[in-house]
Amino acid sequence: MRLLVENGRVVDPASGRDERADVAIAAGRIVAIGRAPADFQPERRIDASGCIVMPGLVDLAVRLREPGHEHEGMLQSELRAAAAGGVTSLVCPPDTDPPLDEPGLVEMLKFRARRLSSCRLFPLGALTRGLQGDALTEMAHLSEAGCVGFSQADHPVRDTNLLMRALQYAATFGHTVWLRPQDAWLATGVAASGAVATRLGLSSVPVAAETVALHTIIELVRATGARVHLCRLSSAAGVALVRRAKAEGLPITADVNGQSLHLTDVDIGYFNADMRLSPPLRQQADRDALRRGLADGTIDALVSDHNPVADDAKNLPFAEAEPGASAVELLLSLALKWGQDDGVGLAATLARVTSDPARVLGASLGALAASAGRLVEGGVADVCVFDPQPTWQVSRHTLRSQGKHTPFDFAATGTALPGRVLATVLAGGVSHEDEPVATAWPSGAR
Amino acid sequence: MSTLRLDAEALYAELLGGVRGLLLPDTVLVGIWSGGAWLAERLHADLQRGGLPGLISSALHRDDYSARGLAGAGGATRLPFAIDGARILLIDDVLFTGRTIRAVINELYDFGRPHVVDLAVLVDRGGRELPIQASFAAAKVVLPATQRLTLARENDGRFAFSLKDKS
Amino acid sequence: MLSRRNPQLNAHGELIHLLSIEGLPREVLVHILDTAGTFLSVNEREVKKVPLLRGKSVFNLFFENSTRTRTTFEIAAKRLSADVINLDIARSSTAKGETLLDTIANLSAMHADMFVVRHGESGAPHLIARHCASHVHVVNAGDGRHAHPTQGLLDMYAIRHYKTDFSQLTVAIVGDIVHSRVARSDIHALTTLGVPEVRVVGPRTLVPADLRAMGVRVCHDMAEGMRDADVIIMLRLQNERMSGAMLPSAAEFAKTFGLTPDKLALARPDAIVMHPGPINRGVEIDSSVADGQASVILPQVTFGIAVRMAVMSIIAGNEA
Repeated sequence: MRLLVENGRVVDPASGRDERADVAIAAGRIVAIGRAPADFQPERRIDASGCIVMPGLVDLAVRLREPGHEHEGMLQSELRAAAAGGVTSLVCPPDTDPPLDEPGLVEMLKFRARRLSSCRLFPLGALTRGLQGDALTEMAHLSEAGCVGFSQADHPVRDTNLLMRALQYAATFGHTVWLRPQDAWLATGVAASGAVATRLGLSSVPVAAETVALHTIIELVRATGARVHLCRLSSAAGVALVRRAKAEGLPITADVNGQSLHLTDVDIGYFNADMRLSPPLRQQADRDALRRGLADGTIDALVSDHNPVADDAKNLPFAEAEPGASAVELLLSLALKWGQDDGVGLAATLARVTSDPARVLGASLGALAASAGRLVEGGVADVCVFDPQPTWQVSRHTLRSQGKHTPFDFAATGTALPGRVLATVLAGGVSHEDEPVATAWPSGAR
Repeated sequence: MSTLRLDAEALYAELLGGVRGLLLPDTVLVGIWSGGAWLAERLHADLQRGGLPGLISSALHRDDYSARGLAGAGGATRLPFAIDGARILLIDDVLFTGRTIRAVINELYDFGRPHVVDLAVLVDRGGRELPIQASFAAAKVVLPATQRLTLARENDGRFAFSLKDKS
Repeated sequence: MLSRRNPQLNAHGELIHLLSIEGLPREVLVHILDTAGTFLSVNEREVKKVPLLRGKSVFNLFFENSTRTRTTFEIAAKRLSADVINLDIARSSTAKGETLLDTIANLSAMHADMFVVRHGESGAPHLIARHCASHVHVVNAGDGRHAHPTQGLLDMYAIRHYKTDFSQLTVAIVGDIVHSRVARSDIHALTTLGVPEVRVVGPRTLVPADLRAMGVRVCHDMAEGMRDADVIIMLRLQNERMSGAMLPSAAEFAKTFGLTPDKLALARPDAIVMHPGPINRGVEIDSSVADGQASVILPQVTFGIAVRMAVMSIIAGNEA
């Protein structure tokens, strides 16, 4: 299909482009940015006046719950939610049911996602069989099936010898290992150590749970030269360790999720289980350090850490509730809010959810690597068009995910989030278009 | 609307005379918190009774708990004598619907079975909602139901009435 | 942030649930203590019942076993003329599938007016209060390690009874503070009522430094903790703590932090010794001290019934 996105402000962080321009798309590729060729006859136009035209978002952490919840149609609903959030590529962790440790499972998942045409899906393969931490998986086979890296999701490897072997093996083929810096024994609590956990009588997770694990991982990277992506930093001390490791030149990248970037343990309030998250929300100083780290590039990417949790699993006493929140639809808004609050320029803000996560994925994206997270003439047409002016109130009525729990629920925060996605283009086709929903978008006329 | 003025001190003098007429040697005075308690205290002294007057609160037996909740802890009931077989004269400032007296009698029965219970009040303002009567009232007045009559005790111990609109 | 109003208070600042002492104004605590005094005298009458809760159904929901606490709540409710239903919901039956909220919904359909809840997880009574019908009141009988507000209140009653003036006292709480809901409730009550020095005493594994955030002085030495104390509250050392990662043995704890006569001698001569019970004789407290002159452990139990009667009658009379 020939598509013309016209009159918008095109912002491409990777190239530094920021100008009013049209984007002409045909056969799944961007044909031109600027002026469409004279003979370009679009079959469809999208009027992006007053809007920003950016590369489709790349979200490095989205749980889709499939395999495992096929009967609930989760793959479809969650991929559509991603598209509604302007996300065109997402990475999912291997902790599905069963875990993604067999090429067949990976192929099936990719196949089903492709058919839905809502969002590109890049799975992480399990680093060890069954995620048990005992034996390596067939990384070569898995990467051939489509895995872009290898991960233990939230199951730390206790056996450091095995972890080192896994890093060495992955390094052989140039695979990136994605690890949560979380010590298995220190991280058994449900809230971050501090005054709030003490007052509320909740079992706590000391900062050492993250720093001890970071030290171990960094040492093993030094020893093996493996590429590691650190998932979900949550503490100031953690950011400092990553900064030093990067300064040393170690092949390490890192991400932070939207919850840790905006909230603190005080937001738990009266045991609000929507705040039951992993990693747990820490204190103000940690939040500030995470924000600085994302701004100065110590932290490469902002991720949603999408995890749809059912009502039954949240309407429980705090410690029994399942950690997690629906977030993929909020990624752009949370990035914009951070950028606005901290005075980070638009290009840098958007980079953290487009070109920077694409860079983390690097060569694992194969042919897509050249244009993922960017707007490049000749590159794939993955585009997000959004209006920065209006705000929206997050609630179970405005969320498209099947999981209706989020700490950013307007009823809890009283704060509406900025930005509204008008349209998402995936491989040249429109994967999402916004319908005017009066209750969802209370402000901001176009 | 004319303002009604009640001279509490003058009425007290009447009450003293009336109570004297009701007393038997073994009668015990029991004042209903708070206005009745002040009256009972002064009566007890003026009549030179032995021992101490009793103090009784209706708080635990009121019938308006569902609407008003638990009234302030206020004066707890203090009855320093046996209730079984006792001859009791209840003293209160204002007798109105009769519900306070009903609650107070229930409270008394938590302590034992009195022989006789009688009642003397400073003002009987009518408006009874239960079959309760006072053997002596220093004054009988009719007031609009929207107004509340209470006894106050000033710093120097003098009694005064306060008449307010219920808000 | 919205939803920050203390869920225990209605719009007029009146108590409708008792979930935690934290966040309750001083006047509310004093009102409860004063009302408890009235009920203490009721419990000395021949007829110990008053009709305040007549016709109301009080459901004791104990997800964690506790015969003694449940019994005192039952006695308190019955003395208020309420109908009492005891539900011992062992962990295994909820594991069979019925969620906590489903249990509450079913019981509400049976016209419950008040839930007295004890649960192993911090925050469970808050969850229940958020989800039950507006006319139903919730009393927290202990949630995880978070709060045991009626115990805190009866401890305050005892202190007021024997010491009168909170503003002059030094109070020491000894034992496994970090896991103790009683300690947290005591600390909030003491600080709200104006006690100038509240000490928490124990080894670092049980009394971590971050307790200071609650406004207490942290002591890791028993002698220092006892010096010139007016009130000593000893906490029960739970069996799970005694073996393994937090504490090597009961004997070691007894030696270093047990209340023996010579440790007690460091406190003020008229100091009182309290304990929420049940006591582990010879572990946290010597028999001679538990049975001695300074001990007010048994009166605490009597105060407990009056305090619970006060709490239940106050909250049942206030509308949401």
